[in-house]
Amino acid sequence: MFMTKNVLKNLMTKYATRLYPFKKRETFQDVKGELKIEIEKCILCGVCKMKCPSQCISVDKDAKSWGVDPFSCVYCGVCVDACPVQCLYQEGLYRAPLAEKDMVLHIQEAKPVEPAPAT
Amino acid sequence: MARTVIPFGPQHPVLPEPLHLTLTVEDEIVLEAIPKLGYVHRGLEKLAEIRDHTQMIQIVERVCGICSTLHAMCYCQGIEALMKVEIPPRARFLRVIWAEMHRMHSHLLWLGLFADAFGFESLFMQFWKIRERIMDLQEATSGNRIIVSVNCVGGVKRDIDAAAQQWILDTMKIVEKEVLQLKSTIMDDFTVKRRTVGIGVLSKEKAYEMGAAGPTLRASGIFQDMRQTGYAAYSELNFEPVVETDGDCYARTICRFNEVFQAIGLIREAFAKLPHSELAVKAKGLPNGEVISRVEQPRGECLYYLKGNGTKFLDRVRIRTPTFANIPALLEMLPGCDLADVPVLILTIDPCISCTER
Amino acid sequence: MKDSVIVLTEENTSELSPDRIISQIRTLKDEGFRFVTMSSTDLGESICVLYHLDKDLHLVTQKVEVPKGSKIPSICSIYASAFLIENEIKEHFGVDFDGLSLDFQGMLYLDEEVQKTPFCKIAIKRV
Repeated sequence: MFMTKNVLKNLMTKYATRLYPFKKRETFQDVKGELKIEIEKCILCGVCKMKCPSQCISVDKDAKSWGVDPFSCVYCGVCVDACPVQCLYQEGLYRAPLAEKDMVLHIQEAKPVEPAPAT
Repeated sequence: MARTVIPFGPQHPVLPEPLHLTLTVEDEIVLEAIPKLGYVHRGLEKLAEIRDHTQMIQIVERVCGICSTLHAMCYCQGIEALMKVEIPPRARFLRVIWAEMHRMHSHLLWLGLFADAFGFESLFMQFWKIRERIMDLQEATSGNRIIVSVNCVGGVKRDIDAAAQQWILDTMKIVEKEVLQLKSTIMDDFTVKRRTVGIGVLSKEKAYEMGAAGPTLRASGIFQDMRQTGYAAYSELNFEPVVETDGDCYARTICRFNEVFQAIGLIREAFAKLPHSELAVKAKGLPNGEVISRVEQPRGECLYYLKGNGTKFLDRVRIRTPTFANIPALLEMLPGCDLADVPVLILTIDPCISCTER
Repeated sequence: MKDSVIVLTEENTSELSPDRIISQIRTLKDEGFRFVTMSSTDLGESICVLYHLDKDLHLVTQKVEVPKGSKIPSICSIYASAFLIENEIKEHFGVDFDGLSLDFQGMLYLDEEVQKTPFCKIAIKRV
């Protein structure tokens, strides 16, 4: 009885929901989405691995690799804040659903050795 | 008529979280209810032994999805008292703003679920449509819709700039207008009143004795709210608890409905008084000693007992959530009611079983 | 922030012996205190049980220290809502309560297969 006005208004106006997936909403800035790394900048210090609450990051200094388990990650952003060279960042979009569990592994390429300065 | 024993839950269309009640019923009147918990026990308190005290913030946030930033705030307050850290003024006001946004979205969620409990689905969808605006605000200012991870030991991690502040204040005006349009539906509608007035009466003495917390306690006439102690920035804001006297389901609904407007008022006042300062201070040292920290969550009073021993791992993290205190009050309300009122009564204490069982 | 964050020191906690629990809690209830909760920690050789009571936003704490595996009187006769938390402490820490009104026999959260109390560092076998 009291909702009649609301009901009539809802009939006349557009949908309250979006026709997803045909129309997608723009993501906001600084949304904590998928975790990515710029591997060339990484100094393999391991601070992100120590600070992670769910212990999903693996750093190997000898193999020069940085890996994350995207299914254990809770996307809290603590590693992004803790990284001393700011090479970790979070995308605005969330990770797409996958059919199988997979690990993400980045291997740093060997840097070219600079010739020793002539004395 | 012989007595029947009816199991209620853990899977039920009206329950948001799994709770089992064994109801002894005679002629459709409930005589006795025995609870059974343990369906979502995750053992989060035990994780304190292998995660250090800064990683515990993320774990403690995930005890409950709806009141997550208030858990983190309570925990950080306790650790800051142990490490003798004073947080900057801007951080205190920002914590209040996020806490009140959480309170609004929790109460709007509850109002929708409560309407669904007695079959009023269109009202349920109207409340959740309004709630989406607050979820957008939370996502834009902090990065997540529900697990709003902005607290850290020493302050907050993110700031709200002037553009976001203006957007929040505009959204508050729209939310206030839309919620006011639904006021007469929830307060004066004949069917809503028939399903809630006089059901599940909890007298003032019983509510105090059973140790109830939050709107369950305040709707029975007791003038008590943890925000009166003035943690974070509440001592500088104009705050009075919302109290009703009848103690039935209708009074609890009105209490929570009015708290939505109170939260809007607190957010506006906090923005008007927001000072300029840094966001966080660096906390040096390790926690040592015992501390008790309390905050007011949307469901009631939450108590944290933290014990540190000078290493980076805490000795004990003990969490007492408000639903844990409201379950004995629920068991007191159930005898004497109709079987059809049981879902309404369970929802009226705002059960958050994942908080209860951690 | 006077009563929302309390650092427990010698001044604001009082020690109790197990046989005085019932009389002391009853005195506090008659003074108008509301039962908030109980907490427990493992101190190595013994278990420390704390009782938290509140009146008008002022919290008092009573501490009781008992050796592992022992039995202390339950306060369910004074505060009926204490049965949930006493069951939890019994399940997690192994402290038995005498006079529990509704006993879950250690099945409140944990399953039957769990044989040791999970929170003690040196766990004791569950009954």
